[in-house]
Amino acid sequence: MFENYDELNEIQIDMLREIGNIGAGNAATALATILDEKVDMSVPSVRITGFDEAVENLGGAESLTVAVLVNFSGDAHGMIMFLLNVEDAKGIMDILVGEDESDEELSEMKISGIKEIGNILASSYVNAISALTGLTIEVSVPYVAIDMVGALMSVPIIEFGAIGDKLMFIEENFLGETNDLKSNMIMFAEINTLKVIMQKLGLEI
Amino acid sequence: MSQSIVIGISDYKLAKGPEVLVTYALGSCVGVCLYDKVSKVGGLSHIMLPDSTNFSSKDFNRKKFADTALVDLVDEMKRAGCGNNRIVAKIAGGAQMFEVQPGSKLGAIGERNIICVKQVLSQLRIPILAEDTGLNFGRTQYFDLATGIMKIQSLNRRIEEF
Repeated sequence: MFENYDELNEIQIDMLREIGNIGAGNAATALATILDEKVDMSVPSVRITGFDEAVENLGGAESLTVAVLVNFSGDAHGMIMFLLNVEDAKGIMDILVGEDESDEELSEMKISGIKEIGNILASSYVNAISALTGLTIEVSVPYVAIDMVGALMSVPIIEFGAIGDKLMFIEENFLGETNDLKSNMIMFAEINTLKVIMQKLGLEI
Repeated sequence: MSQSIVIGISDYKLAKGPEVLVTYALGSCVGVCLYDKVSKVGGLSHIMLPDSTNFSSKDFNRKKFADTALVDLVDEMKRAGCGNNRIVAKIAGGAQMFEVQPGSKLGAIGERNIICVKQVLSQLRIPILAEDTGLNFGRTQYFDLATGIMKIQSLNRRIEEF
């Protein structure tokens, strides 16, 4: 039985990687449909890291990032973040609604479009986990912010880092093949939720 | 600022002028600068959560919580020669990074961090000389121990000195 993220064993981590694969696989399909191009997904990484290391892995504390955050609750509790840099966010919205004159800032309309894409991807991710486990999981409305990634990450770090000094998240990178658009999806879950999911999937814990 | 001493999340460090302390990209966390201008000894604490009393586990990280981190940092500063009544504070951070629904605990944590930091500083009888807190953006906090000036850098604002 584990009480902290750094007590997860290899079998449990493999199972989390598979959950990430199924959730993000579904999200990548949704993204490919939205962009109407092929989207490659990386092998999911289960990261169990210190707080600073987590931020470092996402490009360094001060790197400018667009983040969409969705909470999930019900039988499972956690958070999904869809992260991308400003250029890629613009690139995605240029495909969807065409280029506009402003060449630096993301317009309000484009930010709102990214928020909706994050919402669709997070819902796809959660729906896949829900179908796999039979758990009833509700997702919140999406929230969007553009800031230094360290400041954005303070939200899940505070939420999931209260106990222990390690954070666990499952990470996948998406790459839209035609236009080289990169994005990143990370999922956090409460310790108890990990236990519930593993039990549902028949793992002795 | 290439020689700045970096303070990570839920950590604190102390040093002496002319060193510069820095903590990057505070979001809902609160950065607390403590300073004694006579000895030029100062500390910077990157606080993640308000109070440790809900955590029964005895081996929790004391540098994570306002109630334990600030007490410990003040003790260390006094051992490093800071006068009893000379320590002053400047604080930054505690933002609400996402516009979540009112009443959500997710939205309130930055504010709770600020309130708790202020309570602990008040109990320690440390005056707050300046603050740049709340709102909805991240802040990088530099603390110059030669002068006691706190500099705040954020995305859509010029660098401000406190």
